[in-house]
This record gives sequence, C-alpha cells and structure tokens, in this order.
Amino acid sequence: MEFVKKGTYVQIHQIVLQSDERAANLPEDTKKVPLEMWVKGYLNHDAKLGEEVEITTLTSRVVRGKLVEVNPSYKHDFGKFVPELLKIGHDLRLILKDGE
Amino acid sequence: MSDLSYNAVMGRRNEIMKKAVKIDYSKFQTSKIAFDYDKMMRETGYSLQEVQEIQRSVGVGNTPLIELKNLTNLARKLAPKGKGARIFIKDESCNPSGSFKDRRAAISVYHAKKLGYKGVVAATSGNYGAAVASQAAMRNLNCIIVQECYDSRKVGQPEILEKQRKCECYGAEVVQLTVGPELFYTFLRILEETGYFNASLYSPYGIAGVETLGYEVAIQCREQIGCDPDVVVVTHAGGGNVTGTARGLIKAGALNTKIVGASVDLTGLHMASDKDFNRKSFTTGHTGFGIPFATWPDRSDVPRSAARPLRYLDKYVTIKQGEVFYITEALAQLEGLERGPAGNTSLTAAFYLAQQMDEDKVIVVQETEYTGAGKHHMAQLSFAKENGIDVRFGNPEEERAGVNIILPEHPSLIRAREVELGKLKKSYIKNCIENYKAETVDMTDVEFLAEDTKQDKQEVINILTELGVKIFD
Repeated sequence: MEFVKKGTYVQIHQIVLQSDERAANLPEDTKKVPLEMWVKGYLNHDAKLGEEVEITTLTSRVVRGKLVEVNPSYKHDFGKFVPELLKIGHDLRLILKDGE
Repeated sequence: MSDLSYNAVMGRRNEIMKKAVKIDYSKFQTSKIAFDYDKMMRETGYSLQEVQEIQRSVGVGNTPLIELKNLTNLARKLAPKGKGARIFIKDESCNPSGSFKDRRAAISVYHAKKLGYKGVVAATSGNYGAAVASQAAMRNLNCIIVQECYDSRKVGQPEILEKQRKCECYGAEVVQLTVGPELFYTFLRILEETGYFNASLYSPYGIAGVETLGYEVAIQCREQIGCDPDVVVVTHAGGGNVTGTARGLIKAGALNTKIVGASVDLTGLHMASDKDFNRKSFTTGHTGFGIPFATWPDRSDVPRSAARPLRYLDKYVTIKQGEVFYITEALAQLEGLERGPAGNTSLTAAFYLAQQMDEDKVIVVQETEYTGAGKHHMAQLSFAKENGIDVRFGNPEEERAGVNIILPEHPSLIRAREVELGKLKKSYIKNCIENYKAETVDMTDVEFLAEDTKQDKQEVINILTELGVKIFD
C-alpha cells in the first residue's frame, strides 16, 4: 500500500447518499446506485491509499472520504482520430468550388 | 449541529437560498401565480449601462461580430434562387473564460463581492463554472463549482472533465458527483456550510449580464451593415441565453428582430439516468433542458427564475447531434474558426434557416465557445464510439439519441425542425395551475400568463377554460 504524507494534494471519494437514501422519482438504473462524490484537497495526516482520511480543500473546507489518488491528473484528450471529420471539409470545398 | 439528512436539508431549501441570494422574492408576488417580473428585474438587477461598465472592467463583452461568407455561400448553393441570408456569428469565445457565460458570471460575482460574501458557489457542469471561477479569481473571492460529472463506473463526460480542469486552473474547488438530481442537495449543503453566494444562472444578475450580448448584436449590425438583424438564433437550454439576448435587443430598439431558440434533440434520453448519461454527446443546449425549462422555468435554483424563454421566443427549433458536429467541422474548415461544438447548436439551425430567407436578409448566431481537449467534436465523437454509439454518414432524420449519431451525407440534409410553441405555452400554463394549486385565478394571473407566454389574454383564457380553471375579476 502506498504511503502518502500529510500535506500532499489528493483526491478523495465519498458516498453522499446510499441507494436507499436517494430522491424519489429516479429512473431505475440511477435508483440502484449510490450518489458518489469526489473532492480534492491537502491531506491532513499521513495515510495509505484506500484509507478513510480527512482533507482541507482549497476553500478551507474539511472533508472526509476514501483516499483514491495522489496528485490527481487530467486524462481527457481529443480521443481517437475520427476520419469522418476530415471528409466533411473535403466534400464542402468541392461543393463551393463546383457551384453545385 | 443541524440535521444533514436529505429531507432535512431539502426542507431548509428556501431559508438557505434566501441567505445565499439575498433577494426577497415574496415582495414581487402579485397574485397566486403572478409576480411582477419587470419590477424584479428593475429593483434587483443592474441597468444596462451599469452592466456594461462592470463587464468592461473585467474584460468581458465587446466580442467581434464576424460574417461567415463561405458558409453563407454554401447555404446559397443549397437554397432556391434568391434565398440564403447573410450569416453572422458573435464570437463569444473571445471572452476571458471562453464563452458568453462570462457575461452572466461577471454580474453575479460583482454583486457577491459588493454584498461582502467571501466566496461564490455555482451548480453547473458547463461553461458557467469556468466563467464563475474566472470572475471569482479576478475579484479575489473563493469559488466552489458543483458538477454532475461521472456515471456509476466513474466514467466522466470528456466535456465536463475539461470544465473541471478549467475551473481548477482558475483556483476554484470542484466538487464532482455521479448522475442525479440530488446534486441540488450537495449544493445546498455547501451553501449552508460556507455561507457563500449562490451565483445562480437564474437570478436577475445572471440574466442582466446577457442583455449586453443582445444589445451589442444590434449595435454592431447597425455599424457594420447598416440595419438590424432580421433573425437572431440563440442556443436554448435553461432559458437565460434567450431571455437576456432578447431583452438586450429590445433595449437597443431592435423591435422587429425575431428570436429563434435552438436545442439539440435528445428525445428518448433520460437526463437523470445513469446509463443514458454517457450516451449523449451534448451536456447542455439540448431538449433535456430546453423543454422542461420552457414549460416550467421556476424549476431552477431560485424561487422565481429571471429566465423566462416563452416571453421572448418567436420560434423554437431542434437539430440533431450529428448535424452540429458536421457544422462545427465546417466552421473550422470553411471559416477558419475552430470552436466548441455545444456553442454551434444555434449556428447549425441558422445554416438551415438562412436557406429559407431572402439573400438580403441577415441572420445572427449570437455565440461561440472555446474548444480544447474533451470539449471538441473529435473528442465527443470518439467518446460516443467508445460508448457503443454508431457514428456514420447518412440522413440525419434517422438519428436516434443514445443509439447513433448521423453525420449528414450532404449539407442539404441539415434541417431545423420546428417545435410547436403553442403546445409548450399550454404546458407551461398547466404547470402553473398544478404547481401553485390554483383551482381559480384572477385577471392579474391572466395578464401575467399572457405576458409570460407572449400571447394575448383571450388565448390564455381559452387555455384556462379548457383546463377547467375558473377566472375571477
């Protein structure tokens, strides 16, 4: 288990509402799962990944939850190349040139 | 310590909101249903000139209005002879955080600072979060953004993940949740815990901020082409964009300009469904917000929403996801403007509507938004494919949200499909009757409903009679 030092920037996970505590009138698939939350902040004490911890967020709120990531990074990107998009420009230029 | 259970917090909703917005909405109530909208906007909002000054002080507004000559030419090639209006676009991506939402955030955050709040909170997965975070950074206020971001597998919508990054780059704290309307519960808890200002999209400040957009469109058209726009197309979701833009045009005296709302058609997808969440490629500007917020604007996070789209809409159209992606690519390739897909919803509608209008007419698309990793049509289409959505060329009429995305085989297949506004107006009136439990109404209510649905009193009376509601003088 990875040890994480007090003061490290981390992300924690918390169950906000268990499935049986959720609002009425939810679709079936949503009703079956809990409402979950992720928050980032500075770890208030030494801990191991996966442990229940306490953090202080950027607005100085103290929040508790399970330690899930250290120095959480951004992973979103432009996805895989979509060749269809390139064809659109090609087709439109032809229409503009030919005066279809 | 107060009870933090779901029911207890929801029960304190009005009390929490009163502290977090500092507007006493009850003083505008004039009857069971009716409230004095103009008075609310006048007394709690800011004048157009004040809004302009506030926005100028933070570099918001005065964005360029650009003529899309190649797209106009393309539309003319597809249209009958003599048809094909000039298409212009207001490049709102030039605002500090990259969208028109800076206009709304500028006023809300200014107001929060003026009232002495230490921070602002906004519940949003969209560009508004980035806008509030950016404005809060400029005004030295703390900022918390509450997002609906992941499904139960912790798969995040790429566009929303990008918004998280952008908010955090401005120093904001981002609270991320899985799918569900109980986001509002978390939002209320944070407001209660922090005592921060609710930078609601639906407060009079949030709407006053958009008025400058409509105003600028009118003034720039007069300066650049010597006339008012014939049509302004506005992407419609919560109603604030339509409302603010229309009010701004009216304030500029552009009284003959028609307002067309446009939303992406997501019919068939449930907005609170864990499974449907990542089967859609648009996180806003779609019918999942557009229709409910038109037929019940007061569903928002404040008691009386300042965004009331049916007051201003002349026409409402829907377009398909594949059509927007196609036009987004066309905007980059033909006009050299690489912009985010969600902001091009209204452009897609305008491309079709221009083909119905005479060549000497002017149609204005009033927004663009920034683009980048995650919130890019390539990222969205790639994500859709990964989630089992069939992406292919074909006839957009065959598109079914959550099943496939059809890129038009030819640009002539792009269409804007009209939604019957009469039905939405009737549905809104019915919702008023049900939600206010009004078995009887008076003429003040009738007059309010007539204004709020842009129709005459007799039409409202006919609808009320049909619903079996008694009207007293």
